[in-house]
Amino acid sequence: MQSAYISLGDLKAHRNALAEPVASESAGGCSSSGGAGKSSCGSSGGPDDMPSEIWDKVKNHPCYSEEAHHHFARMHVAVAPACNIQCNYCNRKYDCSNESRPGVVSQKLTPDQAVKKVLAVASEIPQMTVLGIAGPGDALANPKKTFETMRQLTEKAPDIKLCLSTNGLALPEMVDEICKHNIDHVTITINMVDPEIGAKIYPWIFWDHRRVTGVEAARILHEQQMKGLEMLTARGVLTKINSVLIPGINDTHLIDVNREVKKRGAFLHNIMPLISEAEHGTHFGLTGQRGPTAQELKAVQDACMGGANLMRHCRQCRADAVGLLGEDRSDEFTLDKIEEMDIVYDIDKRRAYQEKVEAERQAQHQAKVDALADALDASLIAGQEDLKVLVAVATEGQGRVNQHFGHATEFQIFEVSRKEALFVGHRRVDLYCQGGYGEDEQLPSIVNAINDCHAVLVSKIGACPRDELKAAGIEPVEEYAHEFIEKAALTWFADYCGRVASGAIVHQPRGDASIRQGAVMAA
Amino acid sequence: MALKIIGSTCSGCSACDPECPNDAIREKSGVFIIDPAKCTECEGHYDSPQCVAVCPVDGCIVKA
Repeated sequence: MQSAYISLGDLKAHRNALAEPVASESAGGCSSSGGAGKSSCGSSGGPDDMPSEIWDKVKNHPCYSEEAHHHFARMHVAVAPACNIQCNYCNRKYDCSNESRPGVVSQKLTPDQAVKKVLAVASEIPQMTVLGIAGPGDALANPKKTFETMRQLTEKAPDIKLCLSTNGLALPEMVDEICKHNIDHVTITINMVDPEIGAKIYPWIFWDHRRVTGVEAARILHEQQMKGLEMLTARGVLTKINSVLIPGINDTHLIDVNREVKKRGAFLHNIMPLISEAEHGTHFGLTGQRGPTAQELKAVQDACMGGANLMRHCRQCRADAVGLLGEDRSDEFTLDKIEEMDIVYDIDKRRAYQEKVEAERQAQHQAKVDALADALDASLIAGQEDLKVLVAVATEGQGRVNQHFGHATEFQIFEVSRKEALFVGHRRVDLYCQGGYGEDEQLPSIVNAINDCHAVLVSKIGACPRDELKAAGIEPVEEYAHEFIEKAALTWFADYCGRVASGAIVHQPRGDASIRQGAVMAA
Repeated sequence: MALKIIGSTCSGCSACDPECPNDAIREKSGVFIIDPAKCTECEGHYDSPQCVAVCPVDGCIVKA
């Protein structure tokens, strides 16, 4: 069923290597032996899937918990503009493209300004639980600014979780400082574990007062990354590994990366697509290196399942993003605006609000579990063995199919089989419906973005896009409006299999889809 | 003997500032400038000028 845009033979060979037993699991890592239809831990895990001390760390962290990201918000402050390495997908006129949307520029802040902004956001958005420093350069190449911000926040906003992102070069010597500031989530961008491959990604590093180039540079970076990861694991700091998938350079190699980081206790692995455009002025953009297609990305992510847990809900947000993942409210909190705000940091009010959000999250989780049980019974009976299809879903949140097709700026993608409906990613699209009128020129780009899907589940859809989607072979489905997504997907799948079995329709494999390039969306 | 930063290409990232052994670099209107009276091109400190080695923009820092 899966399109072989990357040689699947290659992937399978790597995957078999993955099946070998790895070194003992660390405190931070999680077992990959979950029951059927349930991922064992990591981004889609729940309280039953992991030790309680780990659950406490991730339950309201939108990046570490897929479920939390619908309820809790994060913000980044751009206090760390300098970097100590050069990446071929980065142009330092813009933010770091590891950690942020390529091609966007964040407003740089001093630590004092950053702290003021955090307090302003925390009082306006009480479900903001996480503060990250993710550039626009490397958080640890700016240790004074990064740790001064963290120090003040520990004092003034002790209930906010602190995180940072790094390329790992300076990580080993900063681990003590990281632990001192109670930073319990660290993201390391690791694109290779083989310096020969690294040399194609990193032209140079700044190391020991010298610019080091080539394989030597990549070897030093690799050793520092592995050492830093091991040290964080030993201290019980949760780690997320970001990897940029660069077709032809590190695609199948990321399976080796996944194995190596899991071995060293990484909690989550986030494989994200290279975004490469000539107008960003990056080496890759200027030399025509392309990003992966949706199916190429998915093939590598799928091959890594069973290794370190995969994050599938990353939106590659910018270094000054504010709000829920996928939304950006940073415009409401510019320096000018926070100057005029009356900032009251009320920790009790925040706590009360967060408890309410947490109760809602739990209620929703339980309702979903209950709703799913029946749908699963039906799909187990009607569903065709070995058939797996993708469906796109328009949702405004609460885990339900509750968005009009024309209002969607992204679709969530679920892989459905008779046993489960699994969240596998999201696709950004341009808004189809503007001011009540559908924009016909937008539709082809939406079709391209979800072209590997058999159906699109929406709360409602206009007549024109409905007909055109059908013509493109994607079934528009309104029947499950306001239903839980997984239940809707499984019920649709059972129905689909029924129609195939009765001969009413013929099952056809779908093609590939494109991942939208460019930096049109702010968040 | 001194270096200068070409302001029109400086990205303002500040990477050079803490690397300077002579404390010759400071920020001015969003970009960085080198005080030619203080700059020694790192002679006596390092093998190569630190600001040039760490700067992400090729050709941004040149001989004054």
